[in-house]
Amino acid sequence: MDRERMKPVLTLGLILLCSIALYFGQNYLDSFKIRVLNLAAIFVILGVSMNLVLGFTGMFSLGHAGFMCVGAYVSAILTMSPESKEMIYFMEPIISPLDKIHWPVFPAIIMAGIVAAFFGFLIGFPALRLRDDYLAIATLGFGEIIRIIVTNTITITNGSLGLKNIPSIKSLWVYWGFAIATIWILKRLINSSWGYAFKAIRDNEIAAEAMGIDIFKHKLLSFSVGAFFAGVAGALMGHLITSVDPTMFRFLFTFQILLIIVLGGLGSLTGSVIAGVVVTIMMEVLRFVEQPMNFLGLAIPGIPGMRMVIFSLLLLLVILYYRQGLMGTREFNWDWVLDKMGVSRSSKERRVGADG
Amino acid sequence: MTLEVFLQNLANGISLGSLYALIAIGYTMVYGILRLINFAHADLLMVAAYVSFYGIMVFALPWWLSFLIAIVFTALLGVSIEKIAYRPLRSAPRISVLISAIGVSFLLENLGIVAIGARPKSFPRPEEMVWNIKIGDVSFLSLTVIIPVVTMVLLVAVTYMVNKTKTGTAMRAVSRDFETASLMAIDVNKVVSTTFVVGSSLAAVGGIMWSLQYPQIDPLMGVFPGLKCFIAAVMGGIGSIPGAMLGGFILGMGEVFLVAFMPELSGYRDAFAFVILIFILLFKPTGILGENVVEKV
Repeated sequence: MDRERMKPVLTLGLILLCSIALYFGQNYLDSFKIRVLNLAAIFVILGVSMNLVLGFTGMFSLGHAGFMCVGAYVSAILTMSPESKEMIYFMEPIISPLDKIHWPVFPAIIMAGIVAAFFGFLIGFPALRLRDDYLAIATLGFGEIIRIIVTNTITITNGSLGLKNIPSIKSLWVYWGFAIATIWILKRLINSSWGYAFKAIRDNEIAAEAMGIDIFKHKLLSFSVGAFFAGVAGALMGHLITSVDPTMFRFLFTFQILLIIVLGGLGSLTGSVIAGVVVTIMMEVLRFVEQPMNFLGLAIPGIPGMRMVIFSLLLLLVILYYRQGLMGTREFNWDWVLDKMGVSRSSKERRVGADG
Repeated sequence: MTLEVFLQNLANGISLGSLYALIAIGYTMVYGILRLINFAHADLLMVAAYVSFYGIMVFALPWWLSFLIAIVFTALLGVSIEKIAYRPLRSAPRISVLISAIGVSFLLENLGIVAIGARPKSFPRPEEMVWNIKIGDVSFLSLTVIIPVVTMVLLVAVTYMVNKTKTGTAMRAVSRDFETASLMAIDVNKVVSTTFVVGSSLAAVGGIMWSLQYPQIDPLMGVFPGLKCFIAAVMGGIGSIPGAMLGGFILGMGEVFLVAFMPELSGYRDAFAFVILIFILLFKPTGILGENVVEKV
């Protein structure tokens, strides 16, 4: 069997393997582990979507937490039952059409993405004229503005009290389903002509413009798509924790995503996926540092905040000494795997020197 | 609004504005030379506040000595940050340096949380610095006068240094063209270090003033003032010292009067800075007093 025929089979096999892993995970893992894996899926979505904006299009946008906030609130308000809304909005009742709405979870999550993308579009319009650090600070500002608006529009968002009793989703299938769908969509996007334009803009904006690429249109698309998936991830986050409040989505959150994509490699979806899973699990494992413990008869007091110190150091070390991250701009591909496994290339491929 | 209330607000606006301006100048100096948002600048405020807090409360030093130690310590810290985290990345893409700066900022904040704890502490206000002044019906803290005076003095000193001294000339040369400056026998590393000494000392003074004005300090206290002051610097035209001053005043005055005239919007106070930033950048992408830099192909 030649390679081109093998690849779809291998991909199918991988999906099947993932499904089996999910099936066993769902049935045999305890609820804490499932929760961590679900969180990992959310961070994978966040990582790849921010990588699209930062790693592939080269726009330094730090507003991801703001879009998550939008998504989380939209999905929460749409899916909460009218009774629980009545109970939670005790300071001031929720405004009219929203109090009766009661959507199923799936369309609500998609809607959360759409609203976040719309916000991304609105914000991108003025902000994308800026570049580099200016864009970073403007988008960081937008993230904060969204948080401040959410805190102050009490009749819609319940202000700083936040929302509780959001319908809970516990299934691994949902979170990883969304994660795999995100990866697939973004992979398609990046390998399309749009994606090549993104990379051209990242590498040299002026040259890209000279080649006839509409810079603004492409930047806006990349930014809005990034916002869409951030919104979806925010919505999923709300359904995982079952409560949202404005302080959840601080800049710290964007920082964690930044760590993931820098660690994985700016411009590599595979890297973001691997780093997303590893970082999330590490975050949980490292909780032991913050617990008091006995080590060889030595009582070591727990140090709260130590995890974040370790992660800041990690980010610094990676950016200083290992700038390309885990994967650089490389992606997972079957040719590499097959080469390693010693499957020979077909004579036709060898002749043209095709390289996956 | 009566005249007294107006004057009161004006005084508060000037005081807050000059506080912003003081911190913004530090940002603008570093940015002017390295083209880098020194995210750690905000956390240097916090470090200076804590060093002076411990100096006064734990070591029972006189307040002026404690403040002096804090300024020296912060300046040294600023220079070391540049050496460790920014210098190795000088030829790297801008994004890498920015990420490094964010990393340093988070490291300082989290080290602060680990070492001191996240709970806010109340900053001691020495009586020689903080007392009440009453003129007619208007009463205000002495700080309302002290902060603008300190800012003015430092501003004049920094402007003199940049425009008149040899070091200042070297700084301007480096900020114009890094490579050519080094060919002209300017020790670029020394100039950058000097910039960080000056910038960090300004941050330290700003941090101490800030804690005197709002006497509650915690490891994350620098984040919001830092962000706003950077915005002030961008608004005025980053790299320009008078611009930073102007931006600081616009921001401080704007915030105080926004709350005074429209109290119902006071919840949006922190968003004001960002909104005005976006508007200014829309019409003047390099800030009010910024130079227009055309990118060469």
